[in-house]
Amino acid sequence: MHFYANPTRFLKIARWLTVPLLLAGLALTGAALAWSLIMLPPDRLMGETVRILPIHVATAWLGMAGWTSIAIASLIELVWRHPLAAIAARASAVPGAVFTFACLASGSIWARPTWGTWWVWDGRLTSMLVLLFLYLGYIALTAALAREGQPSRIAAIFGIVGVINIPIINRSVEWWNSLHQPASITLGQSAIDPVFLWPLLAATVGFSLLFGAVVLMRMRALLAEIQTEARLRRRAQQAGLPSENFA
Amino acid sequence: MRESLDQWPFVWAAYAVVVLATLALLGWSWVAMQRAEKRRDEARQR
Repeated sequence: MHFYANPTRFLKIARWLTVPLLLAGLALTGAALAWSLIMLPPDRLMGETVRILPIHVATAWLGMAGWTSIAIASLIELVWRHPLAAIAARASAVPGAVFTFACLASGSIWARPTWGTWWVWDGRLTSMLVLLFLYLGYIALTAALAREGQPSRIAAIFGIVGVINIPIINRSVEWWNSLHQPASITLGQSAIDPVFLWPLLAATVGFSLLFGAVVLMRMRALLAEIQTEARLRRRAQQAGLPSENFA
Repeated sequence: MRESLDQWPFVWAAYAVVVLATLALLGWSWVAMQRAEKRRDEARQR
């Protein structure tokens, strides 16, 4: 793990990986969405709205995976002082928030024709909304800490504490009565017909590749900003100027 | 007899939200990365 902690080494790999990941993600996601829209038959109970399943489940998975990545990176930052861990955590926040929002929006649109309502305050929907608010809080906190030049340890603790919401989201349909259906896919088992399962898996892998590409792009941007600032600061010190002018 | 709801507008709306959000995220991240790396290269050359 420490082998990749070197920003120069990481940038070399990230530059090589970003575009292939982006293109593979776009191709697979595009194919999965076209497959879901054109090829899927209507479901006996849900009718045509079953086509929302692949995008809704894929975005829900990425919303939760995004915060899990933040928690793991935060733990690595606190325990091993890994120089890239804080940047990886910060880079995962915006894509995680966007996919959580996309999950809530697609779920709400799906709920109207199937449940007869846009929203219910049950365990699954509410805990997913709490996840979106956690993301927004984390994004605001990391931006404020970076602007003030403060260490990111508080954000790392927030990232680790916030992960408690992930098992709550996962188990909410078991713990509380809900209009939302129980988990259809568990480890090694699926209650979904293969006709619907394969486009769902393709969309999940495709969106995950895009998530990876976005995290790499955002890490590269954050690293470039840090390097620019460090260079300008050094130049200001050499010229005898107060470095705050260049922060 | 109950009139059945046309489900396709809901399908299109859900796809539009997810696809537009994803494309906006990709475009924003790409532009931010290009700009930040260009600024760093300019700072190196100065």
